Amino acid sequence: MTRVSVTVDGVSYQDEVEPRLLLVHYLRERLGKVGTVVGCDTSNCGACTVLLDGRSVKSCSVLAVQVTDRTITTIEGLAAEDGTLHPVQQAFHDNHALQCGFCTPGMVLAACDLLSENADPSEDEIREGIEGNLCRCTGYQNIVRAVQAAASEGRASSASTGATTGVTS
Amino acid sequence: MIPASFEYERPANLDAAVRVLQDGGEDAKVLAGGQSLLPVLRLRLSYPELLVDLGGLAELRGIREDGDAIVIGSMTTHDEVLKSELVRQHAPLLAQATATVGDRQVRHLGTFGGSLSHADPAGDLPTIALTLDAQLHATGPGGPRVIPASEFFLDYLTTALRPGEILTAIRIPKLGAGWSTHYEKFDRVAQAWSIVGVAAAVRRSNGSIAEARVGLTNMGTTPLRASLVEDELSGAAASAATVASASRSVTEGTHAPNDLAGHADYRNHLAQVLTRRAVLAAAGI
Amino acid sequence: MTAVENRPAAEIGQSRLRKEDAHLLIGRTTWTDNITLPGMLHLAILRSPMAHATITSIDVSAAKQRPGVVAVFTGQDFAETQGSIPCAWPVTPEMVNPGHPSLAVTQVNHVGEAVAVVVARDKYLAQDALEAIDIDYAPLPVVLDMEAALVADTTLVHGHTSSNRSFTWTFESGAAGTGAPIEDTLRDAEVTVRRRFIQQRLIPSFMEPRSTVVSPNGEGVTMWSATQVPHILRTMLALTLNIPEHKVRVIAPDVGGGFGGKLQVTPEEVICTLVARKLGKPVKYTESRSESLMSAHHGRDQIQDITITAKRDGTVTGLDVHLFADMGAYLRLVSPGIPVLGAFMYNSIYKFAGYRFVCEGVFTNKTPTDAYRGAGRPEATFAIERIMDALAGELDMDPMELRRKNWIKHEEFPFTTVCGLTYDSGNYEAATAKALELIGWDELRREQAERRARRDPVQLGLGISTFTEMCGLAPSRVLGSLDYGAGGWENASIRVLATGKVEVVTGASAHGQGHETAWSQIVADQLGVPFDDIEVIHGDTQSSPKGLDTYGSRSLVVGGIAVVKAADKVVEKARAIAAHMLEANPDDLEFAGGSFSVKGSPGSGKTIQEIAFAAFAAHDLPDGMEPSLDSDATFDPENFSFPHGTHLCAIDVDTETGRATIRKYACVDDIGEVINPLIADGQIHGGLAQGIAQALYEEAVYDADGNLTTGTFVDYLLPSASDLPSFLTGRTVSPSTTNPLGVKGVGEAGTIASTPAVVNAVVDALKPWGVQDVQMPCTPERIWRAVAEGVGGAATADRSAEGTVAYGGASTASSDGSGEGEQL
Repeated sequence: MTRVSVTVDGVSYQDEVEPRLLLVHYLRERLGKVGTVVGCDTSNCGACTVLLDGRSVKSCSVLAVQVTDRTITTIEGLAAEDGTLHPVQQAFHDNHALQCGFCTPGMVLAACDLLSENADPSEDEIREGIEGNLCRCTGYQNIVRAVQAAASEGRASSASTGATTGVTS
Repeated sequence: MIPASFEYERPANLDAAVRVLQDGGEDAKVLAGGQSLLPVLRLRLSYPELLVDLGGLAELRGIREDGDAIVIGSMTTHDEVLKSELVRQHAPLLAQATATVGDRQVRHLGTFGGSLSHADPAGDLPTIALTLDAQLHATGPGGPRVIPASEFFLDYLTTALRPGEILTAIRIPKLGAGWSTHYEKFDRVAQAWSIVGVAAAVRRSNGSIAEARVGLTNMGTTPLRASLVEDELSGAAASAATVASASRSVTEGTHAPNDLAGHADYRNHLAQVLTRRAVLAAAGI
Repeated sequence: MTAVENRPAAEIGQSRLRKEDAHLLIGRTTWTDNITLPGMLHLAILRSPMAHATITSIDVSAAKQRPGVVAVFTGQDFAETQGSIPCAWPVTPEMVNPGHPSLAVTQVNHVGEAVAVVVARDKYLAQDALEAIDIDYAPLPVVLDMEAALVADTTLVHGHTSSNRSFTWTFESGAAGTGAPIEDTLRDAEVTVRRRFIQQRLIPSFMEPRSTVVSPNGEGVTMWSATQVPHILRTMLALTLNIPEHKVRVIAPDVGGGFGGKLQVTPEEVICTLVARKLGKPVKYTESRSESLMSAHHGRDQIQDITITAKRDGTVTGLDVHLFADMGAYLRLVSPGIPVLGAFMYNSIYKFAGYRFVCEGVFTNKTPTDAYRGAGRPEATFAIERIMDALAGELDMDPMELRRKNWIKHEEFPFTTVCGLTYDSGNYEAATAKALELIGWDELRREQAERRARRDPVQLGLGISTFTEMCGLAPSRVLGSLDYGAGGWENASIRVLATGKVEVVTGASAHGQGHETAWSQIVADQLGVPFDDIEVIHGDTQSSPKGLDTYGSRSLVVGGIAVVKAADKVVEKARAIAAHMLEANPDDLEFAGGSFSVKGSPGSGKTIQEIAFAAFAAHDLPDGMEPSLDSDATFDPENFSFPHGTHLCAIDVDTETGRATIRKYACVDDIGEVINPLIADGQIHGGLAQGIAQALYEEAVYDADGNLTTGTFVDYLLPSASDLPSFLTGRTVSPSTTNPLGVKGVGEAGTIASTPAVVNAVVDALKPWGVQDVQMPCTPERIWRAVAEGVGGAATADRSAEGTVAYGGASTASSDGSGEGEQL
């Protein structure tokens, strides 16, 4: 057993875990963060995407012990405390960017990561930016639209507040 | 899928890492970014007894300038590599190829050194290291040593790293004035490995190609240099016809694999087309 | 449109944002794998590494000693109790069903078949213990090639059968009295074109891996499962395991996609039930993606031999279809019916005089096939749209002109086809005109000519698919005539609560389709209650006890109409109470905007909420009236619905590398009236992605030993966002005349239509090389070979590679899986 100390969605946790425990299983089964899901064995599908210190990673391809002293944001920690959706979540809703919703947590977080780096992505940049996340329902069309909408919303709000970081978590 | 059990060590410095790795013997494996290793462990294609996590070694991260070269720590992530001004300026070929590795998530964790040590012939970065005449710095029980990229990749998933040895840094000579580069990657979908990739670096001078280097991805069990093409191009006129003609020699000395992603004859053909395109793009023709 | 004609539709037709999204967006989900019950045990399943072998011994003693292991079971343990995975569609009386144990007992017949199950305290320990199970297999020769499988004296997949043929199903228009004898049209043909098309094997690849939780409960069980069909599953589970049906409760919680792939009664569901009952403990099994790819049913996998005949002027006369359909190792729920569903669609929108369809179902040592989005209809559409292009080539006619010449004209509806279906409505001219404009067809044709002329290495190809499909599965009597084991009705009930809020219980079982939103829109219009006052309840056989679930683009066309019928009954009950309250004759009342009023005196009325409370209080109801507005309706359609559309694809083909890149894709779909355009478009988009993926990317490949070499998403290539274009979509509206909403169904249209549009475009790009076909998926290598070899093309050139299945497509060089390293 190895000690892991990690902050997830604003809460600090300390646990003894088997070294082989995958981060996604730690989140789901030890912390009850079942919003993050597992879709494949080979890090292709991206359903398990979380933010590690603000950057997207696939939590099925990280050991829990690797993230000690780091900060993780899952889909459950993205909305504001009063329940207001994150602009990317809101844009996914507004643009019908989800059908079954299984890829959605990973897709939303991948989009947040992209927009935190590129506040004004082109359609091609969006498509490439989310290429690590597979969706079987939407054909990606409305996901791309949602990311465009979130980007536009993010630019508008950062312009009004003078912030420069675009949409980020 | 779930990995089989293993022990885990996260050494705090390089000396400790070498020691732990050496003590672990044959059943110990280095964990860098884990983006190739974790899927392998999950599918239970490998059963290491000990993982030595280099994630705590800050000394292996970062990119610095060192005279006529840039030096990239082996634990530097792909994301850090492709955003580095130094890399963009002095090794744009590396930046271009790194941008095609995996996806954003993979690039946030995967490391340059990890990709080279994994030595997958379908991987893009070994080809880049070979094309740029990189020097690979390793440290092991016998102390530090430098391995030229041309001697590093021995076989399929096999490198010149000795037991207990850790790749620490990659030294990439700056390409001087007159050089330009291009990487042509051919895959079926965004996430797939290269069916074939061709890296080209060309130095032009007075309407001719003074010097050229061509590296090949997935045309054998290791990355390869197309030395015959390089020879034919060196000193040749910088024309489409010359480049096309030279590109036809690219398959000399290659052993393209026959697999799900493509048959050998198709790969041979692709290598010719992609070499022509890569060299033309690099040379600005 | 009887039900809504009296007032403007307020909700229907609006792009309402989905009710379903709220919990999905914040990760408050109920995927089956999220469910944890007290004392729950975890299952891991050992799967056969052999495609065909006799199990000579199994030793589980070491596994039982592993930490955390509670029990280990093999097929022997359940040989007497596990029954057979049911097949509900015996397409012919003679059909051979060899039986399908959930856990193999004496023999394995495909790689991935379950052979043992470990039960442990946690899933890591369960997985570990699998490795301690010792099994000896005696290999048998493998059967992989369908045609070889049908040769006399060949290896049998199932030794107790007399051949690898499961069934031969035939339709012939002369015999059926629906058209001319096919032999006449073949004999009299002025032009005959024959083609063999290969429908490669696909894997549905829903994003949520299958998962099942079973809690034993006295003599019954409660099952949560990632299924499209909780109701069918309940009945089938009861029959298979001899549990009284009323003691079985099946819950489909959040389900992450299905696409037909979760239209099944799975071995894993049966195994979970057996183990839970044996141990008296709740259990959970969740598959890994690798397990899913090799053991969840596959789709397509047909060889299509197609002959079309025509007059020299381009008038088509006859169509002769012969299929080999790979069932895989076993028959699952509706495996044999899948190719047969296509039988009525090969003639498509064209007026053939004679038609024949013969389908041979064949056993091989591969994963069983069953429903995958479109299920029989994509195969049919592909074949007819490809051979129409081939015929156009033979006649040197423009492919669109050939289609126009032969399709059913708008004024000819309703039209009864050569296979006896009556298409109620449609307007192929309108959809086609709109699609041509949407994509800029004429300009693209000009560009194509220009690029051909200058021998551009990147050629432009233009592909057409003018398709129709039969949706709304299905009229029960039709299913009966096709020997299906059940009906095709759907049920809905409506409960009007005391406060006027409404609960709608539906037998459809959504897993991404947006029924909660769409049904709310329908009911809001029907009852005049606010959209937000409606709750839709589904996916639990206890709360929605009656239904036939979601597949075959049926939910709206059948289930949505059941909702309308239930609402009509509510309105009639309410009318009686309103009349009583208003002291008026019920016939003098009009109902609009949720309120009854006496005709001619608007504003005098009673709202549905007031009536609901009056019914609840029951103080003063008409004599004999029960104090309830609740209703229940079961709708059985009289006919299928027939969505249609025109899909056009412009594709750039790099003739040097063979890469095909879609440049523009435009489609105009006629799905009748639309309840929610946002949701309808989403269904089209997703369908297109899957159809395009069949054309360009996806293929399940087996090696010569019967190993699935595309066993992970590294090798089974699902397209990502950067592999697909943005789609141009449009609509025409020819309302269905056979249901009160005028709707037709949309779930499968994109998938059915798009595949031939893309392949026709690829082949069109290669016309200067004389290429006639490129086998799917049109990989760069296949396209390159077609270019390299020219006429007659190398549609099949890369099939014959060393030691692989004859039509397995992309092949491996040796039988030991030389591509393995690629997976790292």
